Amino acid sequence: MPSLGTSFGRGGATDFQQDLMNSDCIVIMGSNMAENHPVGFQWVMEARERGAHVFHVDPRFTRTSAMATKHVGIRAGSDIAFLGGIINYILENDRWFHEYVERYTNAPVVVDERFSDTEDNDGLFSGWDPEKGEYDVTTWQYEGVPVHGAAGQREKGFQGSHTKGEQSGHGGGGSGLSHGNPPTTDPTLQHPRCVFQILKRHYARYTPEMVAEACGCSVEEFLHVAETLCDCSGREKTGMFVYAVGWTQHTTGVQNIRAAAIIQLLLGNMGRPGGGIMALRGHASIQGSTDIPTLYNILPGYLTMPHVEHYGGLEAYIDETTAPGGWWGKADAYTVSLLKAWWGAAATPENEFCFSYLPRIDDDNSAYWTVQQMLQGKVKGYIVAGENPVVGNANGKAHRLALANLDWLVVRDLVEIETAAFWYDSPEVESGELSPETIGTEVFFMPASTHLEKDGSFTNTQRLLQWHFRAVDPKEDCRSELWFFFHLGKKIKEKLESSQDPRDLPIQDLTWAYPTSGEIEEPSAEAVLSEINGWDDKGQALAGYKLLKADGTTACGCWIYCGVFAGETNMAARRKPHWEQSYTALEWAWSWPANRRLLYNRASADPDGNPWSERKKLVWWDADQEKWTGTDTPDFDEEKPPSYVPPDDATGPDAIRGDHPFIMQADGLGWIYVPQGLVDGPLPTHYEPHESPYRNPFYAQRSNPRRQTTEVTEADPYNPVGDEGGADMYPYVLTTYRLTEHHTAGGMSRFTPYLAELQPQMFVEVHPDLARERGLEHGGWATIATARSAIEARVMVTDRMRPIRMGGEERHQVGLPYHWGSRGLTTGGSANDLTHLALDPNVHIQEVKALSCDIRPGRRPKGPALPERVTAKRDEAYALRGTPQAEPKDTVDTTHEREENG
Amino acid sequence: MTSLAGPTQTYGAEAKPRMGFFTDTTICIGCKACEVACKEWNLIPEDGLLWTGESYDNTSHLGAETWRHVAFVEQRKPLRLEGETATVETDAAVQPEPLRWLMESDVCKHCTHAGCLDVCPTGALFRTEFGTVVVQEDICNGCGYCVPACPFGVIDKRDLPRSPDDAPLALPIFGKKEDGRVWKCTLCYDRLKGGHEPACAKSCPTDSIQFGELDELRERAEKRLAKLEAEGWNGAQLYGHDQNDGVGGFGAFFLLLDEPEVYGLPPDPVVPTAHLPKLWKQTALAATAMFVGVAAAFIGGRE
Repeated sequence: MPSLGTSFGRGGATDFQQDLMNSDCIVIMGSNMAENHPVGFQWVMEARERGAHVFHVDPRFTRTSAMATKHVGIRAGSDIAFLGGIINYILENDRWFHEYVERYTNAPVVVDERFSDTEDNDGLFSGWDPEKGEYDVTTWQYEGVPVHGAAGQREKGFQGSHTKGEQSGHGGGGSGLSHGNPPTTDPTLQHPRCVFQILKRHYARYTPEMVAEACGCSVEEFLHVAETLCDCSGREKTGMFVYAVGWTQHTTGVQNIRAAAIIQLLLGNMGRPGGGIMALRGHASIQGSTDIPTLYNILPGYLTMPHVEHYGGLEAYIDETTAPGGWWGKADAYTVSLLKAWWGAAATPENEFCFSYLPRIDDDNSAYWTVQQMLQGKVKGYIVAGENPVVGNANGKAHRLALANLDWLVVRDLVEIETAAFWYDSPEVESGELSPETIGTEVFFMPASTHLEKDGSFTNTQRLLQWHFRAVDPKEDCRSELWFFFHLGKKIKEKLESSQDPRDLPIQDLTWAYPTSGEIEEPSAEAVLSEINGWDDKGQALAGYKLLKADGTTACGCWIYCGVFAGETNMAARRKPHWEQSYTALEWAWSWPANRRLLYNRASADPDGNPWSERKKLVWWDADQEKWTGTDTPDFDEEKPPSYVPPDDATGPDAIRGDHPFIMQADGLGWIYVPQGLVDGPLPTHYEPHESPYRNPFYAQRSNPRRQTTEVTEADPYNPVGDEGGADMYPYVLTTYRLTEHHTAGGMSRFTPYLAELQPQMFVEVHPDLARERGLEHGGWATIATARSAIEARVMVTDRMRPIRMGGEERHQVGLPYHWGSRGLTTGGSANDLTHLALDPNVHIQEVKALSCDIRPGRRPKGPALPERVTAKRDEAYALRGTPQAEPKDTVDTTHEREENG
Repeated sequence: MTSLAGPTQTYGAEAKPRMGFFTDTTICIGCKACEVACKEWNLIPEDGLLWTGESYDNTSHLGAETWRHVAFVEQRKPLRLEGETATVETDAAVQPEPLRWLMESDVCKHCTHAGCLDVCPTGALFRTEFGTVVVQEDICNGCGYCVPACPFGVIDKRDLPRSPDDAPLALPIFGKKEDGRVWKCTLCYDRLKGGHEPACAKSCPTDSIQFGELDELRERAEKRLAKLEAEGWNGAQLYGHDQNDGVGGFGAFFLLLDEPEVYGLPPDPVVPTAHLPKLWKQTALAATAMFVGVAAAFIGGRE
């Protein structure tokens, strides 16, 4: 989560769900928490019972809205307009927390004079290169920071193409700052180029009236949320934001979250009880899968993955990944300890601890890019474990066509999901576009064991590592993920044992000796956790990441998890109930980092170290004992006094002042303005979704200029958009979502009778007016179409789908759950057959929360008639497209699109 | 009111405090965890994959295969009569109307005067030491008298085969042998015996389903209602709380946000056996009248 990473220093939810009960105002936006996180939602209900305001700002009226004190309906994809409106409201009405903003954020920092804002360029920031389709981010730097220093390179991806791999900032950065402090600041916040003034200008046009126009809500509804949130912030009160993939799954996904980060910094809600930003993760261990990443561009603990084009040896890598101040100043210790964990005795100072063994990225290897490479026949094999991409990922059809282009495919899952069966059971087989006789892909289905059949840990949405124990042995050939990859690794090692080829050294030297047990030789999950935790040169478990060293005397598989096995105890397995301890429940399981439950909690005290108020006290400076203390583990050097001022030659954590609470940031400050780490702008800006039927009411620049679009246009065609001719052939806004009753792509729920019977059929939700407009009948069938495909669904006519009023005109949104496919106890149209591959540029996430579509009564055409009808409609729309009628200044954008569309 | 089946007096010293549910619908998030937990614990079969179109309710009603049922009601009514509430845009250019979505987890009421128990001829239905009403599956002979005796339509005959292996050689044309017995919520009698709360209450993430001693729950519910009334909640009312109602009060009662019939619940349930004494009297009267009539006919005939 580079949005939270760049703003605060760490890519994780800043708070824990139990703390929701302490909030005075909870804004749930981009999340349907009651339906998708029902267990955590108990704390929202607790807050409501205690008198908190609970706002649900969402295109749909969901079970979350039903439980909120107020639901505000907005158009899908208009979140930044709404949040930008709140920022403007805070600034215009002087509602910001002065002392907090002045002391704890980068509001006073002066920005380079080459920076120019979207206000000056009609929707573009300075540095836009229309040829490359990229920003030159050096123009966004602080004044006085050397622009060709490591900072720029640290975040730079590949040159020359907008779709290539990027390394988004997961925090840190800030190279070029001296002893952690920005070079030029204006504590009075009056300098025209200071962050505060830039912010004011940037959001000046986000007036309540503009919010209403862009979002389709009323001015009164918007003002009620803005006023209440401000009333519930300050010394005595705190407000919290809750989001999930309703914010991330946009071409402006990262910037949606950034907008909330700005609000929370301005209101002084970060690091305080009942405050912060609660990022909700959609699976049991999605947080864990970025901490110990399944991502291609980071290493465990958010260390940067080396590029072929950058860094060279270890020294250069460390030089360029180390921040001058803060805990990223110790990147050398984290990196060397990781290398020691992986290559053990083979990693020596002489061979740079085997740094050369690490693979280098030479391309974008994100999931969607890989699928596009498959379509072009450039990928031979694919292992899919615990995912059902042909249902769960955007553009299911493109995925199925891509899989048919492989030599081999391995699918590991509990049941034979659509991804494993695509070659004989899919809409394309039905239509004749694919046929089992001609698909060359050899498909291996590997049955997986469930979480009840194996030991292991989940890292949940609040960074909490919770251990689970095997209850029963796996049946027949079902095996755990750990078993599969351990034994696969063993077999590969055996095959390469006698190889003389130097390229096999990384595998030959890899430490791979985990104890196994039982007939099936299940590896010990605790042994893996112990390696992740790390040990010293005597083999003793490390107690925390502060003990990590860069000299090769410590090994640690993931520095942020260091301490989870402290004292040779599996801290994740701790089970002391919350009623036997304080509400932070520090003895229940273990959370990274250092068992802190509420991040940046130094900010719960004022600059002098005293709680802002008795009511909101959490961590404070105990002058008698000369240390930080409180209900949570302090997220600060325990003995660093509030008055600490770093000497000029200080580095790392020592370079952070005693009154700068964000210890992962090079300057210890919360970043309202992000000078580096994001590729699409230092401040969030409202852009229309890639496939929006509307023009941008704010700027000539229609959608995020930096968004990624596909290169394989025939497999991922787009609907005409905005003012283009043919856009009205796909006139409705489509949004996809989950239901409580099912789990994502359905592999764990559609095959389970007790869940399948609760939502046994694919349906589409429409407002009564849309039903009238299109002749849709409640309980009947409808066909929903985009340029990609068409699916059918049963019609649910409901007031809960709110129409949008834009420019006095009523337009409609269409809601589709995305759980269904062709397999399981209940089958149905796959919503993701309709969605496309336009992505957020920072994290390559798909935009499936807002796109355009058409809806008609009746069932979809069957067999070859389906692709024929989809193509005919698309061709008709494209024939009407012609030249864009308006948006004269949108030349940059259209150039960009022309490049993409070939 | 008759007292054909008093709660637990027959247990003497073994009687436990009467246990029950207080289901507070104002904090029900409609997650249906109760339905799933109930089925898992009690090994109840899946009962059809029918999409109803009734909001998010695809269970529709309680029955032999559904011992917890979450109702969903979409209404153009405000959640609260004052303060914050949700609205919905309706027809163009008309003021927004309020919108709320009610959810309620329904269950067997474990009535103080339980019709099902009164009419059971085999003794399969009995009152437990916790004051709950339970069917013994090894005694029930499937006569079905209890089905119409329940004023809520809770207890139900199972039409499914006893098990998948039942009559494996039967030709499909003859169908599988039906179970035929009646089933309903046991308030997890087995769990209670082991000192655990029922599965639905255990799984409820927001404590909408509260399990405990009935007397304590009733007190809690009254306080809760007073708080909601003070906060202006629209239509807050207790259902099944009154011990003078037609079933002598529910062992599992509810806090609703509208009239019971909105949720598909009978507004004034009466145990059918309440009329039995009157019926017997009338029968006796009729029999006497008939006897007198017939006798009179004979006497008259002699003349």
